[in-house]
Amino acid sequence: MADTNGRLQSAGSPSVFAGRQAPEPLIFEKSVPGRRAVTLPPLDVPAKPLNELLPPSELRRDVHLPEVSELDVVRHFVHLSKRNYAVDSEFYPLGSCTMKYNPKIDENVAALPGFRQLHPLQPEETAQGALRVLYELGRLLAEITGLPGVSGQPVAGAHGELTGILIVRAAHLKHGRMRKKVLIPDSAHGTNPATAAMAGYAAISVGHDRRTGELDLADFQAKLDDDCAAIMITVPNTLGLFERQIVEICRLAHEVGCYVYCDGANLNAMVGQVRPGDLGVDLLHVNLHKTFAVPHGGGGPGGGAICVTAELEPFLPAPVIMRREDGSYSFDAERPNSVGRVHSFHGNFNAALRSYTYIRSLGREGLYAVGANAVLNANYLKARLAEAYRLYVDRTCMHEFVLDGRPLREHGLHTLDLAKRLIDYGYHPPTIYFPLIVPEAIMIEPTETESKETLDRFAAALLAIAREAAEQPELLHEAPHVTPVGRLDEVRAARLPDLRLRGGIERRAAESRTEARREAAVQGRV
Amino acid sequence: MASYVPTTDAERKAMLAAIGVRSIDDLFRDVPAALYKPELDVPPGLSELEAWRHLRALAEQNWNLEEHPCFLGAGAYRHFVPAVVGHLAFRHEFYTAYTPYQPEVSQGTLQAMYEWQSLVCEMTGMDVSNASVYDAATGVGEAARMACALTRRKRVLVADTVNPLYREVLHTYTAGPDVDVQLVSGWRLEGGASSGAGQAGQDRFVRTEDLAEQVDDRVACLIVQQPNFLGWLENVEGLAERLQASGAILVVVADPATLGLLLPPGEYGAGIVVAEGKWTGNPTDFGGPLVGMFACKQEYVRQMPGRIVGATVDGEGRRGFVLTLATREQHIRREKATSNICTSESLVALATTIYFCAMGKQGLREVGEHCLHKAHYAADQIDALPGYHVMSAAPFVKEFVVRCPRPAAAVNEALLARGIVGGYELGRYAPELADCLLLCCTELTTRADVDRLVSELRDIQ
Repeated sequence: MADTNGRLQSAGSPSVFAGRQAPEPLIFEKSVPGRRAVTLPPLDVPAKPLNELLPPSELRRDVHLPEVSELDVVRHFVHLSKRNYAVDSEFYPLGSCTMKYNPKIDENVAALPGFRQLHPLQPEETAQGALRVLYELGRLLAEITGLPGVSGQPVAGAHGELTGILIVRAAHLKHGRMRKKVLIPDSAHGTNPATAAMAGYAAISVGHDRRTGELDLADFQAKLDDDCAAIMITVPNTLGLFERQIVEICRLAHEVGCYVYCDGANLNAMVGQVRPGDLGVDLLHVNLHKTFAVPHGGGGPGGGAICVTAELEPFLPAPVIMRREDGSYSFDAERPNSVGRVHSFHGNFNAALRSYTYIRSLGREGLYAVGANAVLNANYLKARLAEAYRLYVDRTCMHEFVLDGRPLREHGLHTLDLAKRLIDYGYHPPTIYFPLIVPEAIMIEPTETESKETLDRFAAALLAIAREAAEQPELLHEAPHVTPVGRLDEVRAARLPDLRLRGGIERRAAESRTEARREAAVQGRV
Repeated sequence: MASYVPTTDAERKAMLAAIGVRSIDDLFRDVPAALYKPELDVPPGLSELEAWRHLRALAEQNWNLEEHPCFLGAGAYRHFVPAVVGHLAFRHEFYTAYTPYQPEVSQGTLQAMYEWQSLVCEMTGMDVSNASVYDAATGVGEAARMACALTRRKRVLVADTVNPLYREVLHTYTAGPDVDVQLVSGWRLEGGASSGAGQAGQDRFVRTEDLAEQVDDRVACLIVQQPNFLGWLENVEGLAERLQASGAILVVVADPATLGLLLPPGEYGAGIVVAEGKWTGNPTDFGGPLVGMFACKQEYVRQMPGRIVGATVDGEGRRGFVLTLATREQHIRREKATSNICTSESLVALATTIYFCAMGKQGLREVGEHCLHKAHYAADQIDALPGYHVMSAAPFVKEFVVRCPRPAAAVNEALLARGIVGGYELGRYAPELADCLLLCCTELTTRADVDRLVSELRDIQ
């Protein structure tokens, strides 16, 4: 299976990495005084002396940016890019993150100069195409979610959550209700309680039923009262299970005037299958970068559009985009009940372009295929793994499922070791240690864009690792073997924070050159 | 229609058999039957060619500002983006990766973020930076919340010359936690000619009082913008020292394109610096995605929002990078986190990082100088026109205020009819400035653009 280095001789995909490498120097360490990449055209207007235009006390002496050639820049960032794993390279089954393949047509559309070269404040009549995209995307998201009021201003999931809970707050205040609590299942993403706190609410945790993996209805009812502003619930939940009581949860919440906020992180499972608005939820954010094909960019940009019921529509961030009777589009800023602005301009327009193109390309039938095949793939993979791995809850799952990694402990191993070993097989590890309610959690989301062969190969890798855990646990302990760096000392990183280049960029570059000369001299003598 | 699902019917059948069900519908039995598979009112799908034609037609309805002189800034700036930036940032290894949760397979993103943090610190003169926030506006909101947490105070002062859209977001961000946001004013318009015509040249902005005078020991922070929204420099000398007496933090909103020229906020005592990183390295994209630079003093680092990358070593002593100080963050601290931010704007930060490297120390300084000289050339020409008057009250770099002989909206409309995107109508900022335009020049503005603007303005009386 593996040689003494842990390199794989068979099974699994070829790794995208070539093994340990010398560190790539920082770009500052490549700086040479006087070198430059880009020059501007000669100044075509008269230049007055600088100190006539700006007070000398306001002028800086120097800005220590790297001094490098264009080729230096290219090589540096190409080298860095090769140290990254990406979904265009290989399978990326990161649970809760919906790392589906993002079509290239969306990239070409987002790169059109007629979209890229637009100023956010240019006159509306010169940006009708852009406004129409934002408007139409809003209508499509309303139809898909069953929630008619949409704002594209939030730029990320957590940003959509904050906007949503501020809408809840504004709606309660409008009715003179000063509520203090937001209920949040213990399986929720950390952003939910953090959002509630940011909006000034106490986050109250609600337990889950260990057998079904769903919200503990009794605990929910015990904590639900007329001091609850909202419940933030994820559907399907973070165990990848559909909350079968969701309609009842919504009914109970509404009885006491509590809104139901649905975290849309797992919307992919529901696309074309069921509309959150039909289930009774009042608000939902859509992660455009998960469900609607915006590449994640290594940590954004994404999109966190917020969708709400007609009742909550007046509270959406201002401005909203409207379609006039003559068919033209404009911003409507006359929104007296709005929670206000949550972004400098109109949200991540460039992400909206990709999602609009994606949804229009799929159409009705294509949207149906998204949810259906995402759920099919997850259940197939789950079935393939059932013989060797323990499920936290053994039920039909939706778009993802969660394994319980505790049996690894019998071999002195942890979920982390399994995750690192998967890298040797050429896969990005699943999400691990989340949700927090599952000890040694391994959360796998294959998405609809992966083929049966890929799922079969991935399952074979995980089954092989299960055998290795029993027979050669050191292979897991020492993994990953194939990456440019080995496991990194995270404790040291937190105890002795090194968060930037220290000691001055110029000095560092000079030291680096001296060192290179010294090394060359030493090698010369040898 | 397009489909990105590779599974064939035969494969689907085999997969269903392996699961032990007969149909996909069987997998959705947990969904209430009455609500399952709704009839969606969504048009049929488009082939790639159809989608391309449709979107290209929409793009053509917009004014591509590469083809029109544009003097609009007001918080969004068109700067030159070298070709190298797009080619590198849009390598698939960068743009199709997730947040770097597994450091061994994410060293590219992590090292680039560390370099971004180093560059942000260098540009702003601050000790530490995070890996980005959504934009400068939410950065201001986060900075205010952070200052309140650091000082355990609930009052935030913001200068009225901070970008009004940032101030709107500040209000939204502080609505929940019961923070008291107050506007402070350092300038007053004197000689008040609201109708403009005939009186232009008489009214001017005068400094009213020291911004720090309104700071007392209940104030968490004072937020100022440098250069301010109207384009000119605030008097920041000694401001931080005067704030320090009452324990308040100076928060500065900076503009990276001018930081090759202007004193970094760290040198005049800023505690937290926020800046919009989008315009240096990216086209304007109709205002999104943006990227917020967020930097602070060393002693504040544990209250900072967002991801932070740190350098460390692997088992063999090799340098590597990880996400660190995570005990501030939502996935660990949940309701006690410093912020709820998770996905941010990494790829935009990467493009901006590449831009700073490509421009280098000399290039960035030249960008600042070109902005400065072009803006002054334009201001001088316009000020010399009958009926027009440059009102900027202090030194400016790339933006200046012009009082027009007619309402600013009418001037803009006339310019638009002549194919020029004019300035920002300052009546939206302050009603008494209804006949004022905020005009912007950058290194992209040519002398011919300015001369054309001046000649058109001469005709618009």
